[in-house]
Amino acid sequence: MEMEKQETYDIMAVCLLAGKIMLQSGAETYRVEDTMMRIAASFGAKQSHPYVTPTGILFSVEGNEPTKTKLIRIIERTTDLEKVANVNGISRKISAGEYTIEEAYKELKKISESGSPYSLWVHVLAAAISSGCFLIMFQGNWGDFFPAFVTGGLGFLSLLYFHQLVPIKFFSEFSASLLIGLQALFFVSIGIGGELDKIIIGSVMPLVPGLLITNAVRDLMAGHLISGLAKGADAFLTAFAIGAGIAVTFSLL
Amino acid sequence: MTIIEQLITSFIASAAFVIIFNGPKRSLFHCGLVGMVGWILYFLLETNGVDMVLATVIAAFSIAIASQYFAKKYKTPVIIYSVAGIIPLVPGGISYNAMRNFVQNDYNLAINLAAKAFMISGSIAIGLVFSEVINQIIRKSKLKTIVNKSQ
Repeated sequence: MEMEKQETYDIMAVCLLAGKIMLQSGAETYRVEDTMMRIAASFGAKQSHPYVTPTGILFSVEGNEPTKTKLIRIIERTTDLEKVANVNGISRKISAGEYTIEEAYKELKKISESGSPYSLWVHVLAAAISSGCFLIMFQGNWGDFFPAFVTGGLGFLSLLYFHQLVPIKFFSEFSASLLIGLQALFFVSIGIGGELDKIIIGSVMPLVPGLLITNAVRDLMAGHLISGLAKGADAFLTAFAIGAGIAVTFSLL
Repeated sequence: MTIIEQLITSFIASAAFVIIFNGPKRSLFHCGLVGMVGWILYFLLETNGVDMVLATVIAAFSIAIASQYFAKKYKTPVIIYSVAGIIPLVPGGISYNAMRNFVQNDYNLAINLAAKAFMISGSIAIGLVFSEVINQIIRKSKLKTIVNKSQ
């Protein structure tokens, strides 16, 4: 009896760790719930009920003993699609019976402690390149590529810096987009850039909450109304912060 | 010439976005492809006079189909591919113009543009959901044929 109890808690620990990593890395709610239930089922806990919201996970497992429930809080959320893919891979291996509970926990722990696969400068460079490319996609001139490249890169770098300085998302997004607006204005006024609008649109794209919008809609359609609304509100707030930052620039015109 | 320019830039932009989102290195190329297909469809339809909303629905739909194909083939979550494809379709330009007109006190035009941005976001969602529905229908019909064969 005592052994069985301990094992149920171990299964729950593995499920919760997997769910936590996925949720923190930007997976859709239905995927998190599905993964947790699959892992629990393949370790022998047939009846499990995960309740996942963007800010916390409730998980309960039914069995012969009294039902056990655990709750964990999710405070920080980033986007790390590689971790989502890795946890997904581990869950597949668990379903295939390749891992014991301890091994699975160790593997998940490894994923949760692993850092980003790209360094900071690769991120900034990617943001800069995508800003330049978006400028061309939105019918800008190649002459504006360089200003958009620099503005987008520095804007993204400042987003990361401000977020480290003050961990309030709204503030860092507002400051980053304000900086983007000012830089674009600077480039246009000294004559390097041509179209102010196009440069700003291109450079702002790395900040746009595209992942959040997609996830919010998917969650809503899958019936996860609370998660969908919460993510939608998050996306709206980000869009508002960016808009407000750019609006301040316009008031200087 | 414009088409080649659009093809290359949309490929690079989508792949770069996957780097920003810490996507797996092995799927960068496929994400770029998904983004390129979606954007070129949208671009061609839009420049040939198709309504923006309809163009977005069609592009989002094909992005979702391509994402599901890659997700199944490489056994990775679908979200990695679909996010890369959706990003270029997000109505950044229109919402920007809406914001600009709000600030410059031209509320009529601003509301117009904001409504349009909302419509486009909705049509991205519709495109995604449509393909999901079709995917499930296919899966179910496949299941049926397997069941029928085994009987």
